[in-house]
Amino acid sequence: MVCFIFLQSIKIIFLSKTKQNKLIIITLVTTFVMYNYFVYTQTSIEPTPKLSELAIKGQQLYQENNCTACHQIYGLGGYLGPDLTNIISNPIKGSEYVKAFLNSGVKSMPKFNFSEGEKEAFVQFLAEVDKTGYYPNYKAEMQPDGWVKLMYKTNE
Amino acid sequence: MNKTIPFLFLICAVLALLVGSTFGALASFQYIFPEFLKELIPFNKIRPLHVSSVIGWVVLAATGGIYYYLTETLKLSIFSKKLMVVHFTVFMLVALAIYISYFTGKMGGREYMEFLPILTLPILFGWFLFGINYFKTVVKKITNWPVYLWMWGTGIIFMMYHLSEAHFWFIPYFRENFIRDISVQWKSYGSFVGSWNMLVYGTSIFVMAKIKHDDNIGRGKKAFFFYFLGLANLMFGWAHHTYIIPTQPWIRYVAYAISMTEWVVLYSIIIDWKRSLSKQSVERNHFSYRFLLATDFWVLINLFMALLISIPYLNFFTHGTHITVAHSMGTTVGINTTILLSSLFFILNQHQSKLINKTVKSINVGYWLFNVSLFIFLTTLMLAGAKRSSWMYNEMSATPFSSFHESLFPIITTFIIAGLGILVGLLLVCLPLLKGFIVEVCPPNPPEGRA
Repeated sequence: MVCFIFLQSIKIIFLSKTKQNKLIIITLVTTFVMYNYFVYTQTSIEPTPKLSELAIKGQQLYQENNCTACHQIYGLGGYLGPDLTNIISNPIKGSEYVKAFLNSGVKSMPKFNFSEGEKEAFVQFLAEVDKTGYYPNYKAEMQPDGWVKLMYKTNE
Repeated sequence: MNKTIPFLFLICAVLALLVGSTFGALASFQYIFPEFLKELIPFNKIRPLHVSSVIGWVVLAATGGIYYYLTETLKLSIFSKKLMVVHFTVFMLVALAIYISYFTGKMGGREYMEFLPILTLPILFGWFLFGINYFKTVVKKITNWPVYLWMWGTGIIFMMYHLSEAHFWFIPYFRENFIRDISVQWKSYGSFVGSWNMLVYGTSIFVMAKIKHDDNIGRGKKAFFFYFLGLANLMFGWAHHTYIIPTQPWIRYVAYAISMTEWVVLYSIIIDWKRSLSKQSVERNHFSYRFLLATDFWVLINLFMALLISIPYLNFFTHGTHITVAHSMGTTVGINTTILLSSLFFILNQHQSKLINKTVKSINVGYWLFNVSLFIFLTTLMLAGAKRSSWMYNEMSATPFSSFHESLFPIITTFIIAGLGILVGLLLVCLPLLKGFIVEVCPPNPPEGRA
């Protein structure tokens, strides 16, 4: 499949009649390859700690039960439930609060039947996400040119 | 045979739109009545049913249209009819498997592709078959490609790449680093939408060129400028979705610089086209033209919205609120759907113009109901988003989420009514389309004695 994509891209490039079009496409594709390399290798502001095995299990449960339909992480997800990015470090909530909610079936929340081990995995996943940053980012600095300087947890 | 498969794609596309809109309307009730259908289809199942159906509409309508235009309008001999049949069969089997995956709760994918991840393989295979058929049909048959052929080809290639990229989380290198993982995931989504936009906008330029009987529309410098800007946007413009994630600032600088330029160009192309349109060709393609006019309006609205929310300062407050949903629904419902409905009416007009003429009144009512309801729908989302932003940055510590959510009820009620208006509007518009395409696939038997 990769070969097919590559060959068709080459075909498209040489189908273009004008040199200008060829040059634009070659520039775009080359920049795209380099850009992808940097995005794939240098995304994080600081080396982000690896997710533990338990956290990955929790993330898998998060996906299998489609928690993202209602909840967000870093504001990404559905809006029927609250954002969970910093729920573990929230002094009013925290891991016990999350565990109590998981099987509660309260309001729109489906009635799940997670075991204690699964609850631990969920909490571990959210705890490790929590360590990566803030959302909402109350300590961000607004700059006069419209830019926003985010406050990273690793800055502290 | 040449027409049957494209029409089957279009029939399934219209069904996906109606089913997806129905799931959307049902899901919206759960915002106010949490127990509504909770036992049968809770929100974590009904939302993906809605979203995947609507994505199915965009993909199937664009694909069916491209097959139709290649074989019926451009009069090209398709490379392989068998591949076209296999492509259709694969997509239908996958669609069925996706619905089963959601109804039974056997999920495991991520947002927008929540179905069992293994189902991505046959989807990729379907795109691969489409790619072979498309390029083998078009390459060397047409010289000096108009821009829509470029756009369709580019859309197919990048669709395969970004669909694969959306599943990089299977690779431990990505999955173990949460920031890298979520960034690449959203990179793929942004570019995935860019890829289908290539298919949809290519279709809009094709329809414009055919309505006006002027192929120069797809060959002008402006059209190619638009194509290259769209391509740059597809490749580099995704990160405005992730300004708030703690990534390297350069990723956000690039996105800020490049984002949203393509809307300006599309808008200017449509305006140019509208100005130079002759009255006679407008009448012959009445609804096709009118849906493109609606596109014109929605591009303008979304242009403003997109430009504003791509400014990091404003994005900071709108991200994670319903304003983002207003933007994404404005583009998929307002822009993509009106372009695709225009394409479908253009196609049906070639075969069943009498049927369209018979149902002009109901289509007209549907057209206005759809557009007015969508305007109200997006306005309510903007209001809900503004309220949520205010809660997030001013009241979150004092007001619990549930109390805030209840405070949205008056806005959500209006949102639900507008959503129902969109559904009814689409029904009025789509039923004649559906009937017309079915008649083309299964022509009624002539009355006895008249054969």
